[in-house]
Amino acid sequence: MGLFILRRVWVMLLTALCLTFIVFFLTNLYPNLEKLAKSEGNFRMTDEQVDSWLSNRGYTDNVFSKYGQWLGVLPGYVIEGSDGETRARCAIPGEPVEDAATFCGVLQGNWGSSTVFKVPVLDKVGESLALTGKLMFWVLVVMVPSALLLGVLAGMREGSATDRSLSTIAITTTATPEYVSGVILIAVFASSTAGLQWFKATAASAMEDANFENFFLPVLTIALYGMGYIARMTRASMAEVMTAQYIRTARLKGVSFGNIVMKHALRNALIAPFTVIMLQFPWLLNGVVIVETLFNYKGFGWTLVQAAGNNDIELLLGVSVVSVFVVLITQLISDIGYVYLNPRISVS
Amino acid sequence: MADTYDGPILEIDRLSISFFTRLREIPAVMDFSVAVQPGEAVGLVGESGCGKSTVALGVMQDLGKNGRIVGGSIKFKGRDLGAMSADELRQIRGSEIAMIYQEPMASLNPAMKIGRQLMEVPMIHRGSSEKEAYDRALQVVTDVKLPDPKRILDSYPHQLSGGQQQRIVIAMALMAEPSLLILDEPTTALDVTVEAAVVELVKDLGKKYGTSMLFISHNLGLVLETCDRLCVMYSGEAVERGSIADVFDEMQHPYTQALFRSIPLPGADKNARPLRAIPGNFPLPHERPQGCNFGPRCDYFEAGRCDVGDIPMAQVPGNDRHATRCVKFQEIDWKAPMALEATKEKGEPGKVVLRMDNLKKYYEVAANALFGSSGETKVVKANETLSFEARESETLAIVGESGCGKSTFAKVLMGLETATEGEILLDNKPIQSTAIEDRDTKTISDIQMVFQNPFDTLNPSMTVGRQIMRALEIFGIGDSEDARRKRMLELLDLVKLPRAFADRMPRQLSGGQKQRVGIARAFAGDARIVVADEPVSALDVSVQAAVTDLLMEIQREHKTTLLFISHDLSIVRYLSDRVMVMYLGHVVELGTTDQVFAPPYHPYTEALLSAVPIADTSVEKTHIVLEGDIPSAMNPPSGCPFQTRCRWKDRVPGGLCESEVPAQKTLADGHQIKCHLSDAVLAEMDAVIKVAAE
Repeated sequence: MGLFILRRVWVMLLTALCLTFIVFFLTNLYPNLEKLAKSEGNFRMTDEQVDSWLSNRGYTDNVFSKYGQWLGVLPGYVIEGSDGETRARCAIPGEPVEDAATFCGVLQGNWGSSTVFKVPVLDKVGESLALTGKLMFWVLVVMVPSALLLGVLAGMREGSATDRSLSTIAITTTATPEYVSGVILIAVFASSTAGLQWFKATAASAMEDANFENFFLPVLTIALYGMGYIARMTRASMAEVMTAQYIRTARLKGVSFGNIVMKHALRNALIAPFTVIMLQFPWLLNGVVIVETLFNYKGFGWTLVQAAGNNDIELLLGVSVVSVFVVLITQLISDIGYVYLNPRISVS
Repeated sequence: MADTYDGPILEIDRLSISFFTRLREIPAVMDFSVAVQPGEAVGLVGESGCGKSTVALGVMQDLGKNGRIVGGSIKFKGRDLGAMSADELRQIRGSEIAMIYQEPMASLNPAMKIGRQLMEVPMIHRGSSEKEAYDRALQVVTDVKLPDPKRILDSYPHQLSGGQQQRIVIAMALMAEPSLLILDEPTTALDVTVEAAVVELVKDLGKKYGTSMLFISHNLGLVLETCDRLCVMYSGEAVERGSIADVFDEMQHPYTQALFRSIPLPGADKNARPLRAIPGNFPLPHERPQGCNFGPRCDYFEAGRCDVGDIPMAQVPGNDRHATRCVKFQEIDWKAPMALEATKEKGEPGKVVLRMDNLKKYYEVAANALFGSSGETKVVKANETLSFEARESETLAIVGESGCGKSTFAKVLMGLETATEGEILLDNKPIQSTAIEDRDTKTISDIQMVFQNPFDTLNPSMTVGRQIMRALEIFGIGDSEDARRKRMLELLDLVKLPRAFADRMPRQLSGGQKQRVGIARAFAGDARIVVADEPVSALDVSVQAAVTDLLMEIQREHKTTLLFISHDLSIVRYLSDRVMVMYLGHVVELGTTDQVFAPPYHPYTEALLSAVPIADTSVEKTHIVLEGDIPSAMNPPSGCPFQTRCRWKDRVPGGLCESEVPAQKTLADGHQIKCHLSDAVLAEMDAVIKVAAE
């Protein structure tokens, strides 16, 4: 088992390296850099000025050397610019260039600073990740148990009235996009339209202090959408398991229906949905953009959109590094959990 | 429970079961009656689709949503099962009536430890504590003769072999000492030697616990070995019912007779005394004829008598509880010998077309599949020094149980795998290391294969004709679409299928017909060597005879070399010229059919012969039951591969069997065995199968 995890971590690092390189390459394409130069320097710069601005700040190096510097495995540039000023990648503003460290990259904890928010990337990413983490946690708490319950109840007697009504609910919720269900929920529960002003239509205050009133609607909006999908998967898996021969064996052994479902079917039926649940993490991380925007909740998805929309290269890179790791780690957990659920798969 | 009831354990009276679909009601079982007395074993025999499993599920009252009992009653110890509530039924299931199923792997919960699954039974029915239940489970697992019961209870189903799994299923059924045990094809998924051991176990346990049994099988030989009485079913009806002796020796129904004539018993011969297939096809449930269901396929059919009205079961006078559903049974001369079909010329084996020389196929497997190549590798010796030759128009049978390497050998010959060492010579041309992609069209069309499962080997979305024409196209036969279509129709004629079948989809064909299409496809390029991998084992007995016959006939005409891979020794004895017995990758015996089927045997051949059930009351067999399972090819025993299960081992001095792989030695002309036994000991061997003198 230990060896298995070690191998997976190794593969994970390799994947992370490749993926961040791709993102790095794409964000550092010349048009992006030109935009950066103009927004940071002067909007009326000539082409020559742009070039010298970029080369003075090490942007015109080849992409591998830039990636190495960003990563912190190659020494940061020290360039005596065409304007006579010496700049170093690792120089701290206000301190002499000569005192700058040799390496300063992601590995040294130097993730650069955000051009939009004017704060270090690491702080911004950490802050928004914590906010989205809070949202994700409550979404999972609401979504997973209800989805599994819905799926199991529907799947244990395929074709019955319970199955049909629960399946209809599941399909309806998953077929309604968040921007529709979110707006409806706000209209019904948070506006004067229906008169039920039970909840708040904005979750901005939830960033500081989340409570039922200001946080329930965004959580419900996301959970409803994801729930239908997981419930459908669980139902299909459960329905298949219920027709398996070993369920007949159990039935003809005299096991009661409740025990058949709980003891014999459940564990086998959860194998497939488990993978799907773990696949929800990446979606929750970045796919909640709409809900975060709708409820004005400045989480990870919202930050990603801001970074992309404003050509904030360093922030964009930081966000993608974190995304890559979150995805890979959840998949590792998913694989390990799979082994525990399914005794036929062994890693040791 | 104080049992004062002394009537029959199970009494089924005029039972009718139907399945309801949107279109119509499909009667699956009609007017079926049978009684099981205490301690008695009753066999239920019939071909697939005859309703025998439906009867079993009817007894368990588990017919699913669509099935319903539409007439008659099922009484268990005098109580009508149909009138019981769900709770009452649940108490009976598992404790009073238990069932053993066809596929042991599928009927055990893969995510639950064996011990848990067994302990559940007494915990539900007797309210036992966990400790009591565990002790009981341990005892029953010991009873079914599984080694190391504690470890077995603590393992998951997938960690056991097929034979062990089936023993667990049996153990589970016996946990509550039921009065009635229903066995639904309990050994069909198992190898013959394992089957023999399981059957013996069931018989012993039946005696020990005094359990009555309802034994469902399509195998007449197995029923003969296990049951006291039997009931033959055809198309939803019981057609004949009686004691084993009465039904086997004095059959009174044309279907029973036809069934016996279509199975290869000792004495049948493909040239002198060919099998007789039952003409026609099994009627679909909604297309059953008027009157006698068997009428259209019956030799004794008489219009006006057999096709009017319902035919009732009639008692056969003079015999004990022997009944038949035939209006003419008292007029038919049952003793009349089978009308001999035209005997056929025996094809003379011609020149050698295929020669194997020291062929070896090893696989390297990573010791741990998940870690890929970084782990240590193990070598699986799937084929170990295979040497033989096959001649034109000869049938060479390759016999062995699962894992013996017969399929690997077929793959190497076909070019799906390349040989590790040694030579395969086709017309003196080595082909062992040419993969199928690199072989020329001629070689490919020369060596063709007929597969085991006709249901999976045809493309479900292409018409039959198109599939055969596709093969012709690949083999480069015919220069135009028309020419190929003409050739395809000829091929359909060859396999005796109506030409109209060319435009049918595979799903519209029965199993036997699909297998004929498979044969037609194999012969599309005038194959000279056909590898038939268990070509009839997925088919019903009455169809088996027809398909084997067809193969033989095509072989006679085309002088084909047939490599017939099978585990069924009866059919091998019937149709092959030479036999090669394989065990764990080794050829343990090779000789002509007569040489292999008569002593001296290789000890494995001896056990194999003894394990095959033969549906003939006049045959006596030596009783040899092999202990344990076939060793894994990953981890073969040292020395002789068979030494772990051999009963002759102590006759070889010096522990030679454990240290050295025996050399191939020649006994008589062309008869080779791989065994350490001395000639003197070999000469002591008795024939396993003896036909009692009449």
